Amino acid sequence: MVATFEPKSEYKVIGTRPIRHDGLDKVTGRAVYGADIKLPSMIWGAVLRSPHAHARILSIDTSAAEAMDGVHAVVTNADLPQAENEMVDLGEGATNLKWAVDNILASDKALYAGHAVAAVAAADRYTAEEAARAIKVDYEVLRAATNVDDTIADGMPAILEEFVDSPGAQESGHANHVKEFTHEFGDPDAAIAGADHVVEGEFNLQMVHQGYIEPHNATAVWDENDRLKVWTSTQGAFTVRQQIAAILKIDESRVRVTPLEIGGGFGGKIPIYLEPVAAVLSRKAGNVPVKLVMERRSVFEGTGPAAGGKIHLKLGATKDGQLVAADSTLRMEAGGYPGSLVGASGMCIYACYNIPNMRIVGYDVLVNKPKVAAYRAPGSPQVAFAIETLIDDLCEQAGFDKWQFRRDNAAKEGTRRGDGPIFPRIGMEEVLDAAKETDHFNSDLGDPAPGNVRGRGFASGYWFNVGLQSSVNLSLNNDGTVELVEGSTDIGGTRASIAMQAAETLGITAEDVNPTVVDTDTVGFTAVTGGSRVTYATGYAAYNAAIEMIDKLKVRASMLWSIDADDVQFEDGVFSSKSDPELSIAFKDLAGKLGDTGGPVTSTGSVDLEAAGGAYGTHICDVEIDPETGKTDVVRYTIVQDAGRAIHPSYVEGQMQGGVAQGIGWALNEEYYMSDDGVMSNSSYLDYRMPTSLDLPNIETVIVEVPNPVHPYGVRGVGEVPIVPPVPTVGNAIKDAIGIRLRETPMNAGRIVSALGS
Amino acid sequence: MTTQITPGPSRVHVRTTINGQAHEFLVPPYMSLLDTLREIVGLTGTKEGCLDGNCGACTVSLDGRIVDSCLVLGAEINGKSVETVEGMATANGLHPLQQAFLEEAALQCGICTPGFLVAAKGLLDNEPAPDEHRIRHWLAGNLCRCTGYDKIVRAVQKASAEMA
Ligand code: FES
Ligand code: FES
Repeated sequence: MVATFEPKSEYKVIGTRPIRHDGLDKVTGRAVYGADIKLPSMIWGAVLRSPHAHARILSIDTSAAEAMDGVHAVVTNADLPQAENEMVDLGEGATNLKWAVDNILASDKALYAGHAVAAVAAADRYTAEEAARAIKVDYEVLRAATNVDDTIADGMPAILEEFVDSPGAQESGHANHVKEFTHEFGDPDAAIAGADHVVEGEFNLQMVHQGYIEPHNATAVWDENDRLKVWTSTQGAFTVRQQIAAILKIDESRVRVTPLEIGGGFGGKIPIYLEPVAAVLSRKAGNVPVKLVMERRSVFEGTGPAAGGKIHLKLGATKDGQLVAADSTLRMEAGGYPGSLVGASGMCIYACYNIPNMRIVGYDVLVNKPKVAAYRAPGSPQVAFAIETLIDDLCEQAGFDKWQFRRDNAAKEGTRRGDGPIFPRIGMEEVLDAAKETDHFNSDLGDPAPGNVRGRGFASGYWFNVGLQSSVNLSLNNDGTVELVEGSTDIGGTRASIAMQAAETLGITAEDVNPTVVDTDTVGFTAVTGGSRVTYATGYAAYNAAIEMIDKLKVRASMLWSIDADDVQFEDGVFSSKSDPELSIAFKDLAGKLGDTGGPVTSTGSVDLEAAGGAYGTHICDVEIDPETGKTDVVRYTIVQDAGRAIHPSYVEGQMQGGVAQGIGWALNEEYYMSDDGVMSNSSYLDYRMPTSLDLPNIETVIVEVPNPVHPYGVRGVGEVPIVPPVPTVGNAIKDAIGIRLRETPMNAGRIVSALGS
Repeated sequence: MTTQITPGPSRVHVRTTINGQAHEFLVPPYMSLLDTLREIVGLTGTKEGCLDGNCGACTVSLDGRIVDSCLVLGAEINGKSVETVEGMATANGLHPLQQAFLEEAALQCGICTPGFLVAAKGLLDNEPAPDEHRIRHWLAGNLCRCTGYDKIVRAVQKASAEMA
């Protein structure tokens, strides 16, 4: 039975904008990020990576590297415990252990250019890199495929031989093309056949990278008790512990992971790459600490992009504007190992609308590119591009108003999501209504520069958000301040949003709560910072811990007053007797009397939340395009999003704006541009070209609050959904400006010029 | 990093001023200023994002000019003066930019923040009242993947107003 809560309209702390607790450290350069750690006797590691996109590794000769001055250890896959094809849970569902190990250091085959093959530890970073280059690898280069069509072409070998006989591959007819699911409801074929208006489109998306500014890093050492200590930048210290333990075949309790400050992740710092390498290097080098920091090129070539892929979608509507049918096939690129997150795409594709007849078929497609990792609402932006584009096309074809059609068919409480669940209270209608009321929606496009054209588009998006497990410990100081210990790494202000929920519950100020993110020895299990879950789930754990602390303090107050604990109530930061109005004491004053009433007061809160609160956003964008060069400027952008309840509105706005900046990059510019032999050609920031301050306007934000009934303060989670609508929003604006529909990302200058030229 | 270790002096003698303090040390001739600050001087506030001059996380001020410290050699600062993020706050408190970044929530993960602060200070030191476009133009060499720049630009505007 899931507890539900009545929303309050007024709070003391929630909804205010205090300065974040870790802010001072971060503006003065004192905060210790992963790469900043320095330990006694520490040496440096470096990784050698495959230059080939698909190659059999025939032999590795490490002798020249080993002979170099200053080199302490060289490792290959053979130094990792040998893994079988067995399924293990690495915190994100079941994974084949051999693939997890092989992605850390390749064994028999390199599956993408940038795949780690060997590693070195040496006295300093420069020597380690020099030594890594001295390792000789003999490759037999195989035919590589870097997109959906090529990977299932005749003669393309299986990227993973294990897949040849898998049921999913048997069904699709190719080992690189693994059928994952079919979701079907109603009769989509009949509904499309009977629809008055049918639109159909194929959408092609390139992989994009999360682009966090801090490269991956890890430092590891085996201590005197043969426990492995790891310091790293991660979205989840416990998930790192779980992955390391499985890969190194040791008990989780033999690993302590300390999460240092993290310089961005967006999903890309959930999987591990360097930690087991640092561990085996440390072991081989005599148990000294080994630090590894990835170079930027390897971050692009060797870590987590978001899936590209091909999406085929068909929609049918009646002549009076009811969306009656949808049929889609999703072929999402997983990289060299399975895991495109196509399942999430299937959950999201129809989630903004009520569609009575539907089908979704999902494939995981192996290609010779890095293994996909989560990227902010993983899988949803791609399918939003398809459906929100096609809905515009449908409206244009049938003469429907684009806003009204969306509003008439909007998902609401009771609507069935494509993969089955029935929605609880959600805010799609409220978001659409709020979008229609924005100044942006109701104002003119403005005049373009001479020769340029302008256009406006809007689109919506959904992300389900997750709950999962979190733990929080509280201890009360004599001065009435509270220490809050949490396991959620703080990637963008969650120390503040967690502390604020504890403060609200305890009736004290945000500044009176001191949040600390600790290692895996020091707090209970806490799942990753991801799924927009931290403010929701860890905030809920903080609430539970605060409630427990209040209950304990009621007992303390009753001891002071020699009354029954049941007679003590707590309101607005004050404990008082229900029966004797004379008896009352403020939270802070009672904190000073702990010594008289039995000693310190501590409390814990933990949650395992199955339900979350799905979030919706609608975005509006104006673009200005120079038809001669194809250059597209986003001149105005507005985000409307349901946050449930905004705990710290500045950081909610920040999440919205940041997600949009990434989404605009995805729409207009970013891609894995692969050479014919399967190497990423633009693996630097210069060539990958993420948006700079000059590429974006100020981004207007409208926070809608439809409280999530299953959270004490109504929180839904806000981090991910803002990246979902931008690709179709920008695409719809481009269509409006130039009159031509682009169905491929990125919608860059070259594509626009050639579309206009043809 | 493609620096080759070639024969030559194994260490270069450097006398320099960092955040107003005199420093003297030996540095390998191939070592970047970024690594010199982080590994030799022990100032890790300056961050590494790319090592090829394209992210600005490593921005420092060298004799009053904004540079990417990953593109400068440590040996080059001999006789020069370097300012890093660690030098921005004084005994009187935070620099107005630091204060404005906190108040405007201009950082999320914060890895880009030192570079933005040093770069923005370089702007305001020379142009106390830049308009929004000028701020965006000046900061275009600093990448932030978290904020979408909106709150960073507002923070710089706020600091500029406060310093006027
Ligand atoms: S690390 Fe110097 S510009 Fe990126
Ligand atoms: S705050 Fe994370 S990169 Fe700018």
